[in-house]
Amino acid sequence: MNTLGPSPHPFEVSATADPGYHNSLPLLHEIAHALRLLRLKGTTTTLDLSAIPFGPGDERLLLECLGRGEVSAKLEALGDSHIWESAYPGVWVIEHRNSCGERIAFQVEITRLPSILETRLEDIEEGLLALQRALANLQTDKSV
Amino acid sequence: MADLTTGTLGDTLRRNGVSRRGFLKFCTATASMMALPPSMVPVLAAALDNAQRPSVIWLSFQECTGCTESLTRSHTPTLESLIFDHISLDYHHTLQVASGHAAEAAREAAMQASAGKYLLVVDGSIPLGNPGFSTIAGVSNLQILEETAAGAAAVIAMGSCAAFGGLPKADPNPTGAVAVRDIVTDKPVINVSGCPPIPVVITGVLAHYLTFGTLPELDQYSRPKAFYGTSIHDRCYRRPFYDKGLFANTFDDEGAKKGWCLYKLGCKGPMTYNACATVKWNEGTSWPVESGHGCLGCSQPDFWDAGGFYNALSIPVGDISRTASYAVAAGVALGAAAAGINRKTKTEANRQHSTVTVDDLEKTS
Repeated sequence: MNTLGPSPHPFEVSATADPGYHNSLPLLHEIAHALRLLRLKGTTTTLDLSAIPFGPGDERLLLECLGRGEVSAKLEALGDSHIWESAYPGVWVIEHRNSCGERIAFQVEITRLPSILETRLEDIEEGLLALQRALANLQTDKSV
Repeated sequence: MADLTTGTLGDTLRRNGVSRRGFLKFCTATASMMALPPSMVPVLAAALDNAQRPSVIWLSFQECTGCTESLTRSHTPTLESLIFDHISLDYHHTLQVASGHAAEAAREAAMQASAGKYLLVVDGSIPLGNPGFSTIAGVSNLQILEETAAGAAAVIAMGSCAAFGGLPKADPNPTGAVAVRDIVTDKPVINVSGCPPIPVVITGVLAHYLTFGTLPELDQYSRPKAFYGTSIHDRCYRRPFYDKGLFANTFDDEGAKKGWCLYKLGCKGPMTYNACATVKWNEGTSWPVESGHGCLGCSQPDFWDAGGFYNALSIPVGDISRTASYAVAAGVALGAAAAGINRKTKTEANRQHSTVTVDDLEKTS
């Protein structure tokens, strides 16, 4: 039976974590701070992970700690992008890859919905015109 | 030759079927590449959408073609190809199809068509010792640089040879090699140093010019601060080991296996400013320090003559880790303590450094 409640959180970082992982723990604290800001003021935060000096194992630890939530999406534009909500609602991981499958950007966005998933107004306008044209064609076909 | 006036970057992208989400993704990756904060993405999107197509002339002098190799090995072909599809690369020895008189005619045509507006990229140093050391179509490097720079909006010195003289300028500098900035003094010159520069740093600088039509903020060596603003040491993931006084003493000791700081093995990270620690190399796979080798300091002036690659920046007196722990106990920052020790011994270390000649090598072989 489904019950409403907090989603299970996967990580417990020990204070004696491998000393090689220097930058994932401060980053997790920064994410927690940003999540608090989102909760209190609605402020969204984007962290560019490619600007963080990760050592070997840092990224793996970060992603393991964040885990995966119930939403994931794939964007197919100039190569695939994978977007998923972490086990902590409001914390999203966004990985952009190019058409050769190589990573070109890697971000954590603390927001209600990542901006890249929102439909642009221009696209809505163009979509509406396209749908109207399709409907007109259907009606023309029917009348013939 | 490409048409110099075919619309904006936004037009180019739309012609290539790039959607608005795709464009936003492109801007996100470009902002990341230019080391701009993610909050700048909307500003970047607006600027890139309206960016005009610039003409670029690329001159190669005393160089090894490593800079061009680095650029063409960029690991983000979508991004690079979009940028390079958009700029009009009107002259580049290695990449252009034309050769001989046709190649030189292309350069002259681009210089006339975009006088005062084109971007001049130079890789390689310029020999002043004898014009015959390096010529193109029988014309000296110095003469070509002077006449091409005269009509440029700005000059980008690509790689450590163009930026600082590089390897050709290494002692005893047999060709009298100098940097671009020694010749071009009346135009903005931006140095993109490195041997070679990191590919995304090259494209990041071009993207900045493309986006904003201006050169980025520069440091004391005329390098873009976005990429050269912090030292390798300060951004190194091994830095915490330095702070704790944990060093590898050989390349195969326990410290090396545990990934401790490579300072004692000659790492030049503390005096080197570049983006290797975050941008990394080979599709972001790794970088020298992560691979277990110290930084050579290739983006700094005269790095080739800065002492041996495997000599510590200075030779610590006694055991630095023990000395450092005393300093911490005394409430003194480790970095300051190490720097003090370094200064004390640097003069002596320099005095003891002797040049290795071919004769010396023959004696020992």
